[in-house]
Amino acid sequence: MPVLTGKELRIVGFLCNWCSYGGADTAGVGRFNQPTDLRIIRVPCSGRIDPLFIAKTLINGADGVLVSGCHPRDCHYAEGNFYARRRLEVLKRFLPILGIDPARFDYTWVSASEGQRWQKVVTVFTEQIHALGPATRHENVSPELLAKVASAIQGGNRVAA
Amino acid sequence: MSEAIAYYPGCSGLGTSKEYDTSTRAVCAALGLSLVDIPDWSCCGSSPAHTKDHVLSAALAARNLQLVSDMGLKAAATPCPSCLTNLRTANHRCEAAPFKAKVDKLLDDPYAGGVNAVSVLQALTEMVGLDTVKSAVRTPLKGLKVACYYGCIMNRPPELMAFDDCENPMAMDNILAAMGAEVVPFPLKVECCGASYGIPRPDVVAKLSGKLLDAAVGVGADMVAVACPLCQMNLDLRQGQVNRAGGTNFRMPVPYFTQLMAVALNIADEEIGFSKLCVDPRPVLSKALAVAD
Amino acid sequence: MRIGVFVCHCGSNIEGTVDTATVAKASLDFPEVVYATDTMYACSEPGQDGIIQAIKDKNLTGVVVASCTPRMHEPTFRRAVERAGLNRFMFEMANIREHVSWIGRDREANTNKSVDLVRIAVEKLRRDAPLIPSKFSVNKRVMVIGGGVAGIQAALDCADGGLEVVLVERESSIGGKMAKLDKTFPTVDCSSCILGPKMVDVAQHPNITLHAYSEVDSIGGYVGNFQVQVKKRATYVDWELCTGCGACMEKCPSKKNPDAFNEKIGPCTSINIPFPQAIPKKAVIDPTTCRQFVKGKCGVCAKVCPTGAIKYDMTDEIVTEDVGAIVAATGYDLFDISKVTEYGGGRYPDVITGLQYERLLSASGPTGGHIKRPSDGKEPKNIVFIQCVGSRDKSLDRPYCSGFCCMYTAKQTILTKDHIPDSQSYVFYMDIRSPGKMYDEFTRRAMEEYGARYIRGRVAMVYPKGDKMIVRGADTLAGTQVEIEADLVVLAAGAEAAKGAPQLAEKLRISYDKYGFFMESHPKLKPVETNTAGVYLAGSCQGPKDIPQSVGQGSAAAAKVLALFSKDMLESDPQISRVDIKRCVGCGKCIMTCPFKAIKEVEFRGQKKAEVIETVCQGCGICTSTCPQGAIQLSHFTDNQILAEVNALCQS
Repeated sequence: MPVLTGKELRIVGFLCNWCSYGGADTAGVGRFNQPTDLRIIRVPCSGRIDPLFIAKTLINGADGVLVSGCHPRDCHYAEGNFYARRRLEVLKRFLPILGIDPARFDYTWVSASEGQRWQKVVTVFTEQIHALGPATRHENVSPELLAKVASAIQGGNRVAA
Repeated sequence: MSEAIAYYPGCSGLGTSKEYDTSTRAVCAALGLSLVDIPDWSCCGSSPAHTKDHVLSAALAARNLQLVSDMGLKAAATPCPSCLTNLRTANHRCEAAPFKAKVDKLLDDPYAGGVNAVSVLQALTEMVGLDTVKSAVRTPLKGLKVACYYGCIMNRPPELMAFDDCENPMAMDNILAAMGAEVVPFPLKVECCGASYGIPRPDVVAKLSGKLLDAAVGVGADMVAVACPLCQMNLDLRQGQVNRAGGTNFRMPVPYFTQLMAVALNIADEEIGFSKLCVDPRPVLSKALAVAD
Repeated sequence: MRIGVFVCHCGSNIEGTVDTATVAKASLDFPEVVYATDTMYACSEPGQDGIIQAIKDKNLTGVVVASCTPRMHEPTFRRAVERAGLNRFMFEMANIREHVSWIGRDREANTNKSVDLVRIAVEKLRRDAPLIPSKFSVNKRVMVIGGGVAGIQAALDCADGGLEVVLVERESSIGGKMAKLDKTFPTVDCSSCILGPKMVDVAQHPNITLHAYSEVDSIGGYVGNFQVQVKKRATYVDWELCTGCGACMEKCPSKKNPDAFNEKIGPCTSINIPFPQAIPKKAVIDPTTCRQFVKGKCGVCAKVCPTGAIKYDMTDEIVTEDVGAIVAATGYDLFDISKVTEYGGGRYPDVITGLQYERLLSASGPTGGHIKRPSDGKEPKNIVFIQCVGSRDKSLDRPYCSGFCCMYTAKQTILTKDHIPDSQSYVFYMDIRSPGKMYDEFTRRAMEEYGARYIRGRVAMVYPKGDKMIVRGADTLAGTQVEIEADLVVLAAGAEAAKGAPQLAEKLRISYDKYGFFMESHPKLKPVETNTAGVYLAGSCQGPKDIPQSVGQGSAAAAKVLALFSKDMLESDPQISRVDIKRCVGCGKCIMTCPFKAIKEVEFRGQKKAEVIETVCQGCGICTSTCPQGAIQLSHFTDNQILAEVNALCQS
């Protein structure tokens, strides 16, 4: 079943298991109502998130991508979110090169206890994406360009998996 | 050491604290700190305005800050802590755009921002420095026991004033010690003197200022050095009222710290202006200096 | 693969806003899904039996359960599929409760979203591989860092349980803060009388090795196999020879040094044994004050030492200890009262901390147990206690409650009355926090039987007048200002993280909060565990604690260590990174980014390659997103799996 036409847009979240996924759980336990657009993909750490995941998600037709990890200095794995922060900040600047509006991507930090904050983050981001409307398709992005962006972000020659 | 800073004397500087103004000018000149008068400066927006209307008060302050900006300077020094509070508060409040819009509406020229206000005490500490002060001394204040009294608003609120320790400030102590004075540990440095209650409730001033004078005597001070015109007035002019109310017999000279600096820098008597004070510091001063010799 | 999908009602928790039957039916359209059903309570015994039965009946090779958060029941269902004969990693969860039914009321949108979440779980499961934990041996020795009461308790319990224990203490004697206390609340027991025997037990226990005057220098390895380098600081006294006779202290000419054990309110000699009950009772020379070191000549202690133990040329020494688990019990330090300038701590000699007051009360303290104020040695009559100095104060960046100050202040007012019957104690407090067995009764006794006057309000200022200290504060219950002429002012200085705590946390690879206190694994359910396997916490290093709490945690940490060591072999979590040696180019980026030093460089047919140390890898996957070749993949969270989830969402 696709997203509900006219009601929802396609928003994908990448959340670290220890803080933000727990924060989203806390929001659920607290029954903090949220828009239904967001689909969450659980990863162990925000440092596990390859910027390519986000680029590919947006190229493949998502209208928005939200990443959330532990607050800086509070990473379950000590420093994963520092790597995430550096990569995602750079990614944000490269999105226009891929023809993607950087406003369709955001990252933030939410701890496992911040259920209310998570509610607010989801609500604000969903509103932001709805204000932008559905994304235009990006089928014309060549794998070569994507690989170049990836290598620029990573400082290596990573091949798109 | 020919740094220039705009100089904002404040209204007291033209009247009740004329000697604070003249001694400040003379001391800064002697120490190479160039004070540039602000043309057509006006009220800082203190007590009458700020008790009634924050926007009006800030607009008055902002007008003066903008004049400083027009002079091509980035900072203004004022001897008066009350002026300082107002200038700094205006800067702080104008950081909020909606507030600043209201302020600008009252002004002919909108305030461009970016002008800092500092006390003369801070300017002497940071722009001149203790080493320069020390090396400029001609007549060391040796043997003179001074209690330094900063008043309640010189360093408070700490987030706004951002200078010295707000509970135990040391800037004046350090300067007068550099001048050779024996600075006594005065525990009530930042206690209230009664401030403007002198008019509606002189009994309150008599009690609070009396406590300060009592503490100064208690720590063996020859005199109390001050940095605020209103404090000076309460402790000096109202000393008779204090004595009558408390059955005490204080004869405590209360000079401005800049006056004592001026003595050490061999500045002319008319600029020091001891004659403007009610309790004349000169007998105590010459006695202390003579004993030290 | 033959996948079964189980969609849980969770009573009405999910079914209330999600049509689970529709979700189950929709799941049948997903690739390789051969069976789908909704179930009332998947986690209940019948629910689990239903899953096991379906695996057997339908020959399922993988299972998706759509129910609550995996943080809740993933282990439960993993065990269930394992009971049915599957590898427990052939299982995925879709969180349709916390992330769906509880946060939206639109049944259609919720049902639709649940289908999507099942879809990504299925796509991930299709790419799951069975994982088998590897086993490794355990070195059944434990290191306890910190010899305060929490560390002593942990060490003794472990040692009594038959483990070899290495106890590392920074000071020259164990005992910690408790050794400095005069009496303990609420029983007013003599502190050293109840701690002393435990300290002696440590010294005499055959299973305990004590490194005093030592610090942890570096830590390598992993649970079961840590290597810890311990720096034994130079004491300039050969402890093998020192008998603790104290002859050197009697003759040492440098007698006016601030005594750290007495919280600097009394003097001590440069060569010193901190207190009579010290364990070990050995002398240490302070080279910053010793005349032999400062002036280059003296040598008095060397002359008088009957055993020739003085060694001026001693240097620091590093010893390596191999252990299988570590208990951090490094305690706390006191908030620096001189930061509260309005109270004049540090400026006025008669404004002291509660711990300094303990030393004045103690018979082994600098005044022999007579309360004499520091300025002139007079016996104080009016004593003001100020609570929460560096606690519950946002302006000082100390918003937390230090927990034990209310109680020790009540104790000190009682002891004051016992020492000086005609004295009067005043206590300025914010709230009285006495939640413990017999604690509230104790504070009431201080007020009602011992006449301590409790004033609810903060103190604005403390200043000297003549030989008195004027304490000016508010009485918020009476709505008035109060001024008290005190002879002595005692500040209940708050507890803060021990000096060097963050640095130790980094060596231990455990988290710490913004105040430097170590983070437990779970604030409710794992209070003495950390997120690093094999590292446990006890006492105030995790947050301020009183003695019974610290002792309780010491025992709890010991129980955790004993449970860990009850197995000869440990299983590692197989959700770790693995290197595809064909793709690895040996660039070493993964080695640089790994926060756990879990990747090492190896030689393979003359080429550099990365290799994951299975037992050290914590499964964060930072290496996976760093590797330029995609050669290192985190099992269960591979690039292919995450991209399959992305595609499932985008192309549906």
